[in-house]
Amino acid sequence: MIPELGHFALILAALVALLLGTLPLLGAHRNRLAWVAVARPAASALALLVTFSFACLTQAFVANDFSVVYVAQHSNSLLPIQYRVAGVWGGHEGSLLLWMLMLTWWAFAVALLSRQLPEVMVARVLGTLGLVAFGFLLFILMTSSPFERLLPGAAEGRDLNPLLQDPGLVIHPPLLYMGYVGFSVAFAFAIAALLSGQLDAAWARWSRPWTMAAWCFLTLGIAMGSWWAYYELGWGGWWFWDPVENASFMPWLAGTALIHSLAVTEKRGSFKNWTVLLAISAFSLSLLGTFLVRSGVLTSVHAFATDPRRGVFILIFLVAVIGSSLALFAWRAPKVGLGGRFALVSRESLLLTNNVLLVVACATVLLGTLYPLLIDALGAGKISVGPPYFNAVFVPLMTPILFLMGVAPFARWKEASVPEIARAVRWALLPAVVVAIALPLIYGAWSALTALGLLLAAWIVATALLNFAERVRHTRAGRSFLAAALSQPRHFFGMHLAHIGIAVFVVGVTMVSSFQEEKDVKMAPGESVDVAGYHFTFKGVRAVDGPNYAAARGEFDLAVDGRFVRTMHPEKRNYHSSAMPMTEAAIDAGVLRDVYVSLGEPIDRARPEGEWAVRVYYKPFVDWIWGGCVLMALGGLVAMLDRRYRIRSRAAATVATPAGSQQA
Amino acid sequence: MKSRHKKLALIGGALAVIGIIAALVLNALNSNIALYISPTDVAAGKAPQGKVFRIGGMVKEGSLQRQADGVTLAFVVTDTEKDITVNYKGILPDLFKEGKGVVAQGRMSDAGTFTANEVLAKHDENYMPPEAAKAVDDAQSRAAGKHVSPSSVSQPKTGY
Repeated sequence: MIPELGHFALILAALVALLLGTLPLLGAHRNRLAWVAVARPAASALALLVTFSFACLTQAFVANDFSVVYVAQHSNSLLPIQYRVAGVWGGHEGSLLLWMLMLTWWAFAVALLSRQLPEVMVARVLGTLGLVAFGFLLFILMTSSPFERLLPGAAEGRDLNPLLQDPGLVIHPPLLYMGYVGFSVAFAFAIAALLSGQLDAAWARWSRPWTMAAWCFLTLGIAMGSWWAYYELGWGGWWFWDPVENASFMPWLAGTALIHSLAVTEKRGSFKNWTVLLAISAFSLSLLGTFLVRSGVLTSVHAFATDPRRGVFILIFLVAVIGSSLALFAWRAPKVGLGGRFALVSRESLLLTNNVLLVVACATVLLGTLYPLLIDALGAGKISVGPPYFNAVFVPLMTPILFLMGVAPFARWKEASVPEIARAVRWALLPAVVVAIALPLIYGAWSALTALGLLLAAWIVATALLNFAERVRHTRAGRSFLAAALSQPRHFFGMHLAHIGIAVFVVGVTMVSSFQEEKDVKMAPGESVDVAGYHFTFKGVRAVDGPNYAAARGEFDLAVDGRFVRTMHPEKRNYHSSAMPMTEAAIDAGVLRDVYVSLGEPIDRARPEGEWAVRVYYKPFVDWIWGGCVLMALGGLVAMLDRRYRIRSRAAATVATPAGSQQA
Repeated sequence: MKSRHKKLALIGGALAVIGIIAALVLNALNSNIALYISPTDVAAGKAPQGKVFRIGGMVKEGSLQRQADGVTLAFVVTDTEKDITVNYKGILPDLFKEGKGVVAQGRMSDAGTFTANEVLAKHDENYMPPEAAKAVDDAQSRAAGKHVSPSSVSQPKTGY
């Protein structure tokens, strides 16, 4: 009964979404205020219905209702409760429903937090979101309903994929989807602006905090996925350039470009067309990612059971969204002014360079991801494009971005002078060079690439501190340094915090790829192995039972310089219901290094208490990779909470102060 | 500078940068793609010499052998028609199993065996990597063409 209610709520939601996607848009076009007024209540109703539907599915999971096909396929009565709840999004149908839930929540948030916006604008934004929601609801109802019944019901469920039975599943997809779907708000603002023809600074100002919020979620979601892969897959890697990772990385790159371009549009009124195009791209790439993952054209960790109808539907939806928004863009964009002029060297031109490089980076990822599909479709054979391609392309593309990241905050809007910037940043070069020379030598081996990474990271931190100090000096006006520092606007804090996050990330990537050590060895109980000064002693393996698996649990003593540090327990699990083996690595995490042990396989399968193939890792600074991402998201959060986004700003629709180099 | 000159400089600079980037990207792409080649094609001498490529197929039952160090391995990949011996040093993925599909990336050694630096097995018990499935299907349809008895060969699971 409850699943039917959920299904019914979803059908109602589709009708409400259709209403939301038509009436307010028409009302805004024809100036019918009564129609416009439908937008907010409809968005609230939509959120309520989808939330109810989602709750129904969750109930079916919690109550082990195996007469629902989706539950029977992705759950099991032995499954611990937290994974039964998270199992809701452990498969295709449920993850789409989660996507939908996030979308309606975003729309609800817009309805709730947009009191200072003109009603017509709100109607257009919510109307666009309504159309997107309608498309996705149709998709769910027609091809992927999670509420289909299995008659007679199964006695037991097939269980959740063991890889997914991890706290990562509870957090990673919701964060990632919040980010993906969040770009739909930036998209809706862009479409609303195109429809109204009012592409001005006010539009950019309204759009900025929403874009930033989506970007923060996406950053955290990707980082969380990377960390999950690191500790769960047992290969010790943190990024594999897997097509599905790329699918989430592309909207991130486009979104990062969008954030910077929105800054220019708000401050200077320039780049409007470009900003709109980026907003459309970021969301289109999110949709493309969904298509790539859900249609089964890709083979990857994330590919769920496939059904060609789904691929076709998403492809049609994708073409409709991208086609109609680009057509609208082509029709409307020429009416949009070009905005303030700027010189060859200026804050604008530097941000433009940032944008071009990010977009090119995004395009290279797209190329590397789609190229094998293209070659296969042309019948020219099967190929794979591996990490070396992406690494070869990314280092040269990111080097100028990272360098300019230190310079741009010093550049004035409109026209900047190179000597002036050089004077301001010259002292940052010294610590950067010192770090680049010294740190690799401390770790034993100096190489140009290692030094480059560290140079850029130290450069970003040093320039950020210099820039901060300079601004505080200029705005001090007799106050103490500390008081002046604390009174800086939040967006300024946020920017530097996020940039320092990038630097921290770069340190992590550079150090771990330069100095990690790995050993695959055969170990008998009592034997030991050394990696980078860490001494592992294998004590043996014994059988333990988990709630829904049996495991071989290894015991290792970790020692440094003859001092005992801790005991580590990597596991090899066998899940009862799926008979799939799973490796659980044991990690001793630290600020400056992780050490990592995982069990391979017993040398003789008949004697699991004997010798094992074992993998041990030493990974310096690896946690800085995710720490950097957290700092980036934190920076975004701080910037998003800047006061000026909360002030009633309808009057401030004109271009804001062009003076000086204060704001980014 | 006049604004027209500035524009020209900007456009020229942008074109140069894009040209360099395009060259870089295409070069990287060209030198980093790995072709899939079936064991039959390897036997026919179609494997690129000294270049990285991927082979796909099934791990032959009973073919896995371990050297004394415990982590140097050899196993046979077959597409049911031809076999190829794969050497690998390291830990095998969880889902590596004799009789199941596998994809290995590496290059040919002088001895005519395949030296893998990466072995991939996929994440679902029934799942066959599509490249492995294709190699086996192709070999079997050739066999079927010869013997006109397709049912004599049991189809491997190619579902996802």
